[in-house]
Amino acid sequence: MLEVRNLHARIGDKEILKGIDLVINDGETHAIMGPNGSGKSTLSAVLVGNPLYEVTEGEAHFNGKDLLAMKPEERAHEGLFLSFQYPVEIPGVSMTNFMKAAINERRKAQGLEPMKTADFIKMMREKRKIVELDQKLANRSVNEGFSGGEKKRNEIFQMAMLEPRLAILDETDSGLDVDAMRIVAEGVNKLMTSETSCIVITHYDRLLEMIRPQFVHILYQGRIVKTGGPELAVEIQEKGYDWIKQSPLS
Amino acid sequence: MKESELQYIDLFEQTRQMICEHSSKVMNDVRDEAFRRFKAQGFPSQKVERYKYTNIQKLFAPDYGLNLNRLTIPVDPYQAFRCDVPNLSTSLYFVVNDAFFAQALPTPLRGGGGALPEGVIIGSLKEFASAKYYNQLAGKADDAVTDLNTMLAQDGLYVYVPKNVKVDRAVQVINILRSDVDLMVNRRVLIILEAGAELKMLFCDHAADDKNFLATQVIEAYVGEGATLNLYCLEETHNKNVRVSNVYIDQQRDSRVNHNVITLHNGITRNKLDLTFSGEGAECQCYGCVIADKQQHVDNNTLIVHKAPHCTSNELYKYVLDDKATGAFAGRVLVEPGAQKTTSQMTNQNLTATKEARMYTQPMLEIYADDVKCAHGSTVGQLNDAALFYMRQRGISLNEAKLLLQNAFINEVIDHIQLEPLRDRLHYLVEKRFRGELNKCEGCKLCR
Repeated sequence: MLEVRNLHARIGDKEILKGIDLVINDGETHAIMGPNGSGKSTLSAVLVGNPLYEVTEGEAHFNGKDLLAMKPEERAHEGLFLSFQYPVEIPGVSMTNFMKAAINERRKAQGLEPMKTADFIKMMREKRKIVELDQKLANRSVNEGFSGGEKKRNEIFQMAMLEPRLAILDETDSGLDVDAMRIVAEGVNKLMTSETSCIVITHYDRLLEMIRPQFVHILYQGRIVKTGGPELAVEIQEKGYDWIKQSPLS
Repeated sequence: MKESELQYIDLFEQTRQMICEHSSKVMNDVRDEAFRRFKAQGFPSQKVERYKYTNIQKLFAPDYGLNLNRLTIPVDPYQAFRCDVPNLSTSLYFVVNDAFFAQALPTPLRGGGGALPEGVIIGSLKEFASAKYYNQLAGKADDAVTDLNTMLAQDGLYVYVPKNVKVDRAVQVINILRSDVDLMVNRRVLIILEAGAELKMLFCDHAADDKNFLATQVIEAYVGEGATLNLYCLEETHNKNVRVSNVYIDQQRDSRVNHNVITLHNGITRNKLDLTFSGEGAECQCYGCVIADKQQHVDNNTLIVHKAPHCTSNELYKYVLDDKATGAFAGRVLVEPGAQKTTSQMTNQNLTATKEARMYTQPMLEIYADDVKCAHGSTVGQLNDAALFYMRQRGISLNEAKLLLQNAFINEVIDHIQLEPLRDRLHYLVEKRFRGELNKCEGCKLCR
């Protein structure tokens, strides 16, 4: 589904990604861990086409297409979704209008008619239940006045609405209490099928106990320095990153 | 004295008799005084503080025709005005160019509802205006365009609501510009609300022909003790239209005014609002929104005078400027000595979509009392990049994302409109405007 080869990227003059290789197949869940500043969020931002970052080398293919040649919205239409670490507040734009625009813009790109309003409202209602998002929040402006936990649940609600093929969860667990984390994790698990994949970026193994990844990658200084199974996350939790920092190319 | 003034001075001297013949004594009695002032001062240059951002001399320089002999202009207002507001039940009146159009008066609703309450007068200004009110605010304004309007206005609209009478159904006035030659019109409106009266008024400006129009407008409104006036002015004309509007409002004790001025489509617009709190405990909410592109120019200039204590004024003006459009907002709040416990808030927020678009903003506070709460602020900026990217990540194209954000920005003003059908209609019109589709009206066909 996703094939990343030797990806280099920078912001301004600062090179952050220094050669990422990553292959994700249908139905797989990958975790990416790593100390602060190692490039985890940059990797997710580059994959979804954030214009603040510049790709200097390497390539990425998504569903066989050249990902880096696509606009952010085209990547979304192709089925790429990012749950933002810091969801943006958009005063004056209601969640309903926002989601309607998102869904209908994709349908337009696929040559389909806009969704009927009744169907859309029904869909909103059903998907809201997956993350136990209050009706009141769905009626408000996008993320405006939402608590930290509500914002993160709202990200997963949007994921449910858009049914992506590949979802990237960028520290979706940060700032969540235990119950909220369970709701989010269960929501993500419900949305995963044998044809969808997920990249979970996190600092903690707690989320990974609920969303069980097949692969865990350690990102350090812009490179993936270690790849293993779920046991690697447990090891990191116990020992920290120092042992990896000392032998970065182990 | 420049050409631009001389042509109006000559015009007035030569046609004074004709002007007066087609008007009334009350209107004629104040012409000479206005003429004397106009002749002495001429049009303001841009060195005059309140006209800093709009070149009045240039706007009035071209040679426009005037219909001083009041020739009948063939018009079917219902044909000329197609952009009505669905579901908004109003008492509908027309002003064609600058004359009250008595041939088309509103019909009461079936079942007898909708008729104006007893004592309410809506009619021709020359027929009803009394010297007690006419030109009392405008005559003291020291404004050359107002004086010019007073010199040349022959008719207009008169609105009177007696004591404690509440007019439920909104009164809608369509100002239609209709001419086969380039035309100057001088509109005049006098609104009188006695104590405890309530009125909702909606003015819509439309141009039915693609000629060059120059419209001056003077609105005087007297809002009596405890009275409530909602005044909505919607401008939706075309690129060749110049409008200079001066609104004068006097508020008595415990009165309320909501003033909402919306420029959706225009050529050059200059709106002045002078509002005075003469009595205690009064409140005004002044909102404005502007959407301009191409070479359009919109200048809103406000002066709110807190003469009396315990009054509240709130201003919110928002602009979206695209292409090479220019906008200006200059707002001044003057708190006079003794106007204690004044609360005043002034906000001007602007989006400039291109490097060529220009916004001039000048919020001013002048306070001579020591126990007041006043704030003012303004911003000029661009759409939030983080929000745009967030929307694109969800599959919304850049254009559509911009549109949603611009709509949200303007809707903060529209949402304050208290006539729900008008609010809905404006949401729709604003979106169309941003999509560049607002050229379905007859008058807007040349703006494509």
